[in-house]
Amino acid sequence: MDGLTQNTGFNGLLTALVFLPFLFALGILIFARNDHHVRLMAAVGGLVELVLSIAVFIAYKKVESGFQLIDRFNSWIPIDSFRVDYFLGVDGLSVPMVLLTGILGMVAILASMRITNRVKQYFIWILVLQGAVFGVFTALDFIMFFLFWELELIPMFFLISNWGTGRKDYSAMKFIIFTFLGSAFMLVGALALYISVGTFDMTALPELVQSGIKLVIPAGAIFGLLFVGFAVKLPVWPLHTWLPDAHTDAPTAVSVLLAGVLLKMGGYGMIRVTASIMPDVMAGLAWLLVAAGVINVLYGAVVTVRQTDLKRLVAFSSISHMGYVLIGLSAIASKGADAAAVGLTGASMQMFTHGTITGLMFLTVGMIYDRTHTRYIPDLGGLSNRMPIIGLAFLIAGLASLGLPGTSGFASEILVFLGAFPVWAWPTALAVFGVVITAGYILWMTQRTLFGHMNSRWEKLTDASKLELVPIVMLVATILIFGIYPAFLTDLFKISVEPIVAAVNSSSEILSR
Amino acid sequence: MINELGTWFIFFSPLLAFVLIGVFVWPFIGKKSKLSGYITIFAITCSTILSFWALGSVIHNGQAIEIDSHNWVKIENIEINVGIMLDELTAIMLVVVSSVSLLVQIYSTGYMKNDGGYSRYFMYMSLFTASMIGLILASNLIQMFVFWELVGASSYLLIGFWFNKPAAAAAAKKAFIITRLGDFGFLLAILYLFFNSGSFLANGLNPFEVADINNAIALGVISSSVAGWVAIGMFAGAMGKSAQFPFHTWLPDAMEGPTPVSALIHAATMVAAGIFLVARFFPLFEASKEAMMVVALVGGITAIFAASIGLVQNDIKRVLAYSTISQLGYMMLALGVGAYSAAIFHLFTHAFFKALLFLTAGSVSHSVGGTFDMRYMGGLKRLMPWTYGAVMIGGLSLAGIFPMAGFWSKDEILNHAWHSSSVVSDVVFWIAIIAAFLTAFYMFRAIFMTFEGEYKGGAKSDPGMDVLEETTPHESPKVMIIPLILLSIATVTVGWLVNPLTNIGSIPIHWFADFIHVGEGHDKVLAFNKVLAVIASLIGVSGILLAYLIYVSKFRVLDRLPVKTNEIYKILISKYYFDEFYEDVITRHVFYSRFATYLDAIDKSFIDGIVRTVDRIGRNIGRLIAQIQTGQLQGYGVVTSFGVLLLFGIYLIFR
Repeated sequence: MDGLTQNTGFNGLLTALVFLPFLFALGILIFARNDHHVRLMAAVGGLVELVLSIAVFIAYKKVESGFQLIDRFNSWIPIDSFRVDYFLGVDGLSVPMVLLTGILGMVAILASMRITNRVKQYFIWILVLQGAVFGVFTALDFIMFFLFWELELIPMFFLISNWGTGRKDYSAMKFIIFTFLGSAFMLVGALALYISVGTFDMTALPELVQSGIKLVIPAGAIFGLLFVGFAVKLPVWPLHTWLPDAHTDAPTAVSVLLAGVLLKMGGYGMIRVTASIMPDVMAGLAWLLVAAGVINVLYGAVVTVRQTDLKRLVAFSSISHMGYVLIGLSAIASKGADAAAVGLTGASMQMFTHGTITGLMFLTVGMIYDRTHTRYIPDLGGLSNRMPIIGLAFLIAGLASLGLPGTSGFASEILVFLGAFPVWAWPTALAVFGVVITAGYILWMTQRTLFGHMNSRWEKLTDASKLELVPIVMLVATILIFGIYPAFLTDLFKISVEPIVAAVNSSSEILSR
Repeated sequence: MINELGTWFIFFSPLLAFVLIGVFVWPFIGKKSKLSGYITIFAITCSTILSFWALGSVIHNGQAIEIDSHNWVKIENIEINVGIMLDELTAIMLVVVSSVSLLVQIYSTGYMKNDGGYSRYFMYMSLFTASMIGLILASNLIQMFVFWELVGASSYLLIGFWFNKPAAAAAAKKAFIITRLGDFGFLLAILYLFFNSGSFLANGLNPFEVADINNAIALGVISSSVAGWVAIGMFAGAMGKSAQFPFHTWLPDAMEGPTPVSALIHAATMVAAGIFLVARFFPLFEASKEAMMVVALVGGITAIFAASIGLVQNDIKRVLAYSTISQLGYMMLALGVGAYSAAIFHLFTHAFFKALLFLTAGSVSHSVGGTFDMRYMGGLKRLMPWTYGAVMIGGLSLAGIFPMAGFWSKDEILNHAWHSSSVVSDVVFWIAIIAAFLTAFYMFRAIFMTFEGEYKGGAKSDPGMDVLEETTPHESPKVMIIPLILLSIATVTVGWLVNPLTNIGSIPIHWFADFIHVGEGHDKVLAFNKVLAVIASLIGVSGILLAYLIYVSKFRVLDRLPVKTNEIYKILISKYYFDEFYEDVITRHVFYSRFATYLDAIDKSFIDGIVRTVDRIGRNIGRLIAQIQTGQLQGYGVVTSFGVLLLFGIYLIFR
């Protein structure tokens, strides 16, 4: 097959993308003499990564589709019985994720400029984290994917437990244990696949597994093992309880990355691994996806209403919004290719848009917290008087979060609903009601923080500085650009979605014969 | 003939004004810069001129002008396009929206003169005008929904314009959430159409194109029951936006926004979007008798229900708000009995005279120091002659008195309801007659309370206001009066001019009714019914007379009646307790204090409790195992020896 022969060579762009953050971290460790140097080097690192991720976005040729910008050395771990390749590449699914990581990485670094405690370590961990996430989104060898997946936990643990607030040690440990548990299952699943078909090559696995090779354990079991790993990360109810704790106690920039990028690793894994390799199993279990999705959406939204801590509120809203990803994925069971493709595209797009929207939310909440030193909603109010720009940014994030058209939040939600409704009419209708509750908690939150009488305590608050304006403008622009013309993203996502949909359709055709 | 670019520019012109003010004037020139007002007025003037051009082109063309659409999103066979649908309905709506918007913007430069958020105000107003025009132009259902939500968002921003006022912030939220509740139905209607996309695609139609959806009925692509469900879902959206019963509660509260906003958005244009939506998909609604019946009944109930609350309100803007809800009910009722052109005609005339009435209310409030409470006004007739003249014209029009615009359009609706074959036509006809009486009464009650009798001190006397200095009532500045005069002229003339009884010059008889039509065979133009017109006028006059007797004449009927302790009065002044039911019972009590609280507790105690239990079990096992690790070599040696023996034993047994 053509696709397989193309998947060799060495382009270098992705290798640079993944490993430059580590180099910058090393550079900071060795060369930075004071905090000022550290910040400068980290900012340059973030900028370089942003430019590289935009370069990936531009360099990917939509018309050619498939995996591109391949970097591959065969037998990176040269043991005959355990062949692991160095294999990086991107397709329509990973390109937007790379862009998202580039944007949010830069945002996170800019949002960290006020950190004064152990600055050097902090930025080193942030850069390592960014490199690891780039690795997850570009690795096409399952073992490499897994290594990056685990690598991301180390900086995360230290960032939350050292620079967090509240019960930070507890939250960091909870996060680690949950994810580790999930990834243990994932590793077993990956090994079972390897033993069955003899490769970790994620581009070759779909065809090999679907060709009907006998698997060492039933396909459903492998699917379950892999899925649990991703489900923890997304998170899927009831595996979600780590998320509110970790988000609330993490420092601002880490919340931005955690909600913006790390959750998306879960959804990315579901599409890249489970849906691509075993689409028919996924289609068979789609009722579970839609059930979990509806619970995520409604349960998450209702619990969000009760939250009084701004960050915790945004964290719970993330659980609700990740439910839309599951609902979009459940469209894979559609009999027609159209609805399935729309749903999967919507699910992928929801990951990107939620990343930017929640990123902006955590960013602005962080700015509010920096100034008021409280996140307790009843203490706030009338903040738009003293900080109109931060208030406006927060409002834009809120409106995008409730799916206001013109923002990218609408485009992804409508695609998810359109895709899922023909297959799962009633569950989808229930989930659509989630948008009403979302409007409720978002607008109630903005009313209580930004509008109304201002507490005289907040008389001296200042609005966003020029430096703070940069990440705000970046995210608002991203939200608006992809909201006004979502085809920039959907044209990419559908490249990766079409083979999955085709595979489901061909297998169901075989069955119906 | 207008081309595609020119038509798009009707939309882009105010949008550019929004962007220009937002990224340039507001941050760099000033939050109170006069420039923003000028930019907005200039942009909307362009839109108005182009709108008239578009109307002329459609008239000249004799039918809708074809304009190509562009692809927005395409996945497999599913295409979502954006385009323009330039037909008769669009052209009329464009003219209404852009011209009323233009007059309101001019008025606003006077009304908002000293406001700290001057630039922000015009920025939002431009955004609203652009969104509303976008909604009217849309040729695609998704595109329509986009602008449908954007007008809602601009309404949210403008109701909450004075965000320091807790009441304004709460009203903005309420408006958004209640209309969203309706949009839930709208969204489901879109999804249900997509559910049938297979049959659309098989016939070469697109399930999202407005024209294709309407054609699908005629072609038999979708059954009448599908059409009915889709129509009902869309109608839920229309009910939210047009504040139809029982989604009406947000509109009176929306009066917390600046008065010109109420005039433009919450009277003339945005709230009519629900009527527009039903009109846009009229063939779809007509395909289902049940859907039409629902529309007629909801419209009828709304018309009389809102009018009854309007009878007792003391806030002049709230009287007008309930009047708006009631008049929107009239339009829905008309659509429901199949009177398409009559409904649009009423939308058209109502936009002018209701904008006029709101702007006079603003002018009055401006002059008495800011209060809207009519109990502290009175006697303004001589002090504000221009405003008084304008309010009389608007009031007579609302009451349906010859020759004002409202007379003609209301008469059309009554006439159609009378002749309609709908099952509910009798019911809604009598509802409409009673509502007409109530309307005349409450409007003139408001006019008499405000302009007759003696001046009662204005804002200073109002305990609800924090005003200490005395204000002497005065006529408003020219920039506010000129729009009033122009709207008054429109109110006096548009009724008989656009839909005349005989040919007037080059305007043919029943021009409007002939121009606005859907397909052949629908909604025949009815001959003018003289008897009905006389009866309706008498009803209007009697309402006015009753108001005169009670509020102006020396009979002092009101003082003799124990009105304030009356049960009916209590129910009306409490607005039938809908706010209490929605906010206290459903939202606060059932949803927040019960449902959400329990679920939150379950999340904290049960779900996370399981996690903590697993964690504790793990720790305890760890502690148990740790106890074995004593560090004493002898102990390890004993265990090891036993282990070896055990393994050896097993080996011997299973060998």
